[in-house]
Amino acid sequence: MHGLEFDVAHLLAGSLVLASFMLLYQDRLYALLNVYALHAFVLSLSVAWQAFVQHAPHLYVTASIALIFKAIIIPVALHRIIVRLGIHREIETALGVGLTMMGGIGLVALSMVVMLRVTPGADPLAREDLAFALSVVLLGLLIMVTRRNAVSQVVGFMSMENGLVLAATGAKGMPLVVEISVAFSVLIAFIVIGIFLFRIRERFDSVDIAALDRFRGERR
Amino acid sequence: MTLVRDLISQGVQMLLVLALAPLLTGFIRKLKAQLLRRRGPSLLQPYRDLNRLMRKDVVLAENASWLFRVIPYITFAGTWVAASLVPTFGSGLLFSWSADLIAIIALLGSARFFLALAGMDVGTAFGGIGSSREVMIASLAEPAILITVFAIAMIAGSTQLSTIAEFMGSSAVGLRVSLGLALIALIIVAVAENSRIPVDNPATHLELTMVHEAMVLEYSGRHLALIDLTSELKLLVYVSLIACMFMPWGAAGPGTGVLAHAVGAAAYIGKLATCGVLLAVFETSIAKMRVFRIPEFLGAALMLALLATLLRFVSGSL
Repeated sequence: MHGLEFDVAHLLAGSLVLASFMLLYQDRLYALLNVYALHAFVLSLSVAWQAFVQHAPHLYVTASIALIFKAIIIPVALHRIIVRLGIHREIETALGVGLTMMGGIGLVALSMVVMLRVTPGADPLAREDLAFALSVVLLGLLIMVTRRNAVSQVVGFMSMENGLVLAATGAKGMPLVVEISVAFSVLIAFIVIGIFLFRIRERFDSVDIAALDRFRGERR
Repeated sequence: MTLVRDLISQGVQMLLVLALAPLLTGFIRKLKAQLLRRRGPSLLQPYRDLNRLMRKDVVLAENASWLFRVIPYITFAGTWVAASLVPTFGSGLLFSWSADLIAIIALLGSARFFLALAGMDVGTAFGGIGSSREVMIASLAEPAILITVFAIAMIAGSTQLSTIAEFMGSSAVGLRVSLGLALIALIIVAVAENSRIPVDNPATHLELTMVHEAMVLEYSGRHLALIDLTSELKLLVYVSLIACMFMPWGAAGPGTGVLAHAVGAAAYIGKLATCGVLLAVFETSIAKMRVFRIPEFLGAALMLALLATLLRFVSGSL
């Protein structure tokens, strides 16, 4: 039961929780995006390991989606949005760092107690993944609650979604995993664009792209 | 026969740590100087300093109480006892049954408590500042190290250091994320407790940034020699603690012969040198923190330790 397979899965899932804590701790936008890329990278490693352990080739697709979309494209895109919008680079937090971290530890403990109690009959790999996935989801919610900046809220949301993917891959024989993952990625892309538009509207009182051109023309 | 062998092993260990402690400090100082492209003092300079201080007269403040004179001996004794309990070259130590990891932390903690008292005893401003800062750092570092100890004890199934060292050396350990987190937490705490650079600068001459140095500013002569030796010994204790738990290779098990112990001693010196190099590189590549940022730094250690315990709880209950 406690072979190398379990240990590596535990290591990767535990690193994902740690990366969530790093997200919670960051107070600079760029560093936040870098940590988010790390988060997605750890997720893709974890999913790839599950694919290897469960002999489920379709999970490799999920892993590569996580790697390409979430670890590369979305952070780079958000990076550009921040540069272009010229947002204030420090994140305002609603609570102090210490209190937030304590809350995060409490949530992790809660999710472990809950998940280990309600899944006594399941496979240990799945139980362990579910427990960590729930804590990643709760930490993502906590990030969204404690941040006032829209971009960092998006990052919180996406880290939450990473937790969902972890839960989906941990449960064996989930045939729709790929579809769910793609669907969520589309949803995220939607939200990213939504925020983009929201920021443009806030800045220019319109979502018209021509406003951007005019703005650039003024600057030159 | 076993008793005699363990007694010899214990005696050699106590003398070895005392002999090596100034050398480790000298090695780190030399290496730091060379990393900054200076020549640096000789490796033996700490021994010479101790020798010089031992021969000098003690200058006591007029209003120093008996506590002020006794405390260097108390802190030295506490730290030396703690050092004698940490397995270095072999785990078959005579005293190791009598105290576990928590007792070692308690010994180091009480040594620091007395030193903080001594800082306030004479009533100068700098001593007070030093003591209050030292106690602030300690109050954050101690929960972190205790929770780290809990995480390690949950993995190894014991708080006895020799048992933990043997468990870590066996193949039963496996790959554990909790151990990695506990190691990082322990390193952060060790850096803070030994007043190394991001928290305190051991070579500072600027009174306003001093922590440990400000606390012992009033000491001179043989008292100062003992206090310097104590802080060198404390650094060695923390390095040995990390080495025996996270680098257990080469250490002689209980009941092995002289040859195994010689190999263990060579391995131990190698581990000390490795940790010294890492510490010197770390210290030269980082700037000192503001005092008000230290709680965040140590809070990270506390959080990592808590997380290690929680993760271990999950994998242990499956």
